[in-house]
Amino acid sequence: MAETAGSLTRRMFLATTAATAAYSLGGAMPALADVNWKKYAGAKIGVNLIKSPRGETLQKYEKEFTELTGIQVSSEQTPEQQQRQKAVIELNSGSPSFDVIHMSYHVQKRQFEKAGWLADLSAFMKNPDLTDASLTESDFAQAGLLYAKNPQGQMLSLPFSVDYWMVYWNKELFAKKGLSYPQTFDEMVKAAEALTDPKEGTYGFVARGLKNANVPVWTSFLLGYGVDPVDANGNLKTDSPEAIEAARLYQHLLTKTSPQGVAGFNWSECQSAFLQGKIGMWLDGVGFAPPLEDPEKSRVVGKVGYGVMPRGPKAQASATFGDGIGVTATSKNKEAAYLYCQWAISKMMGARLLQAGGGVPFRQSILNDPEVRKGVKMPPAWIDAVVESGKISKLGLPVVQPVTEFRDIIGIGLTNLLGGADPAAEMKKATEQFKPVLERSEKA
Amino acid sequence: MGTLVEQQVTTVTEPAPVKGAGRRTSFWPFVIPAVVVVGSVIVFPWVFTVWMSMHEWTVGGARNFTGLANYARLASDTRFIASIGNTLVYTFLAVILPLFFGTLAALIFNSRLPFRGVLRGLFVMPMMATPVAIALVWTMMFHPQLGVLNYLLSFIGIGPQEWVFSPRTVIPSLVLVETWQWTPLVMLIVLGGLAAIPTEPYESAEIDGANAFQRFRYITLPMIAPFLMVAVIIRTIDALKSFDIIYAITQGGPGTASETINLYLYSVAFAYYDVGYGSAIAVVFFALVIALSLLMLHLRQRTKWMDLQGGP
Repeated sequence: MAETAGSLTRRMFLATTAATAAYSLGGAMPALADVNWKKYAGAKIGVNLIKSPRGETLQKYEKEFTELTGIQVSSEQTPEQQQRQKAVIELNSGSPSFDVIHMSYHVQKRQFEKAGWLADLSAFMKNPDLTDASLTESDFAQAGLLYAKNPQGQMLSLPFSVDYWMVYWNKELFAKKGLSYPQTFDEMVKAAEALTDPKEGTYGFVARGLKNANVPVWTSFLLGYGVDPVDANGNLKTDSPEAIEAARLYQHLLTKTSPQGVAGFNWSECQSAFLQGKIGMWLDGVGFAPPLEDPEKSRVVGKVGYGVMPRGPKAQASATFGDGIGVTATSKNKEAAYLYCQWAISKMMGARLLQAGGGVPFRQSILNDPEVRKGVKMPPAWIDAVVESGKISKLGLPVVQPVTEFRDIIGIGLTNLLGGADPAAEMKKATEQFKPVLERSEKA
Repeated sequence: MGTLVEQQVTTVTEPAPVKGAGRRTSFWPFVIPAVVVVGSVIVFPWVFTVWMSMHEWTVGGARNFTGLANYARLASDTRFIASIGNTLVYTFLAVILPLFFGTLAALIFNSRLPFRGVLRGLFVMPMMATPVAIALVWTMMFHPQLGVLNYLLSFIGIGPQEWVFSPRTVIPSLVLVETWQWTPLVMLIVLGGLAAIPTEPYESAEIDGANAFQRFRYITLPMIAPFLMVAVIIRTIDALKSFDIIYAITQGGPGTASETINLYLYSVAFAYYDVGYGSAIAVVFFALVIALSLLMLHLRQRTKWMDLQGGP
């Protein structure tokens, strides 16, 4: 009896919550009704997702999609690195086991475009039978459109979730030293130095030192010097004076103001260090915020400031990365797969993602909706930092095919700096190593 | 060649030519399955790998024959050369340390300890655990600020170490995990050897006044040498191909400080999708494994020979 009562209550609770959510989301539900969602009922599609809060959200609400469309979904989540490898190998075989692919733009955009693995969605987007009127290109943040379109202007995927880099800072530690949040790189260095006290186990700054993972930290600095790692003509700028300065800044912050062992830190080690309340600033993606405000995991609940990347000598820029979701060129159910993609980035799904702090949608209409923002569990400062970062967003990695080699080669150079190597020599060496790799890939 | 073989066969089958001829045709059904399996799972992949290594071949890209260009590239690839050094250092340490501690443990567990059975059971437990799960636990223990290892060191007055987070200490720290996991295997092998030693030589040595060290040096060690050799061979093969522990703990880092050939090969083939160059690395790695195996076999022959010389 108790069980029945319990399950009834739960069901009622869920129904009420769903109804409230639908109501609070305003136009989302009626908008979904415009499209002929049932047109492909009975189709079966395979979905390949990256293991992430984005992938989790999609899987969690998958049944709703099937109820809405009658399309059967078989989805799979794989950890990021392995998913990338698996997807490429399957796509290269010519008959992938999936119709929908969740991709990391900053790593795979150029590779997928060159290989022709994605279906062109431009015509689908113009078809009112398939596409909701609210889904327009202009609704996506600029970085999302840059990522999704190929040089011919075709839409090869739908921009899903954006990752801006920002600074998490410990307000309590700053207040103790009478410091305020830095506005420039110089102020950031000074604050980091002032906060560092190895005897107390307190350090001013932490960021990734692990090779490959560390490159976005350096590009975050480089963009502040007004330079992209690869310029518009495809020339490497990784050994330019600005690149060397950015490397020097990276070396200084991570050797003088960071905890021991930072050379082996990825985001998770940085996060656990920050959670302990002994770190002044942590530079990383916006998506890592939820655990910081979770009392079970964090000693810094309510003490975290969310800062926009400080201004560099030439520019203020937030290094930007992103996920997209697209349909494979070989899919036999392209329309059904497209409906899934559209549902994945719909206002309702985007709101759920944002409200849980699991990701930031590329769609401006979701971010700007006051009703959606009301439901966000993270502090208002977080969402303000997200919106402000969006205004100074610049791509955090070059759009080249061998991105992983770029990250590895430059990343090894950066890790060497933490052992005391010379920034100019390391950046020159890394550039020389990467140059032939880039040339080979462009030739292929 | 063909004539020689035929001559030999004829010689062997001379006494009963008719029967022999029948046997010659009838053995094929037994041999063919093995030939097919060996051909398809060993010979073909190898020939194919060598063929791939002679091409510029990337996943999703064009394929061009380039002859030995990939091998020439290897010769000037500093990352590859460094990975050979890392592999050899890692293998050497990951063989020698478990061998030493495993032998020591076997000697201890061979004596009449109280609760010997239970203790032996506990001692072999690390061997049963999944390497990736072990790697995750050790990663947490190695953490310079939050890990338990530095906390334990603080009790004996040693300052915090960087373990796998520093290029200087990363290989010894990884070997520590490998040693912890594989010492029991060596212990089991050596224990088998100790159980096979007869008691008489010890009795006569005691009568002759040999002390414990002399008994170990002149009786135990020579008699378990063939078993130690088996342990060395198994450990060398395991350590050379070790991937999971290193990948899960450091991914070859910091920088490339713990990048072995296996890890570099994986990056090239599956992260950079350069399968042609990756195949060239695989071929060179194979050559290295063959060379080391031959050396091992040679040493094993020698221990056998010494065994025979010293035997009754």
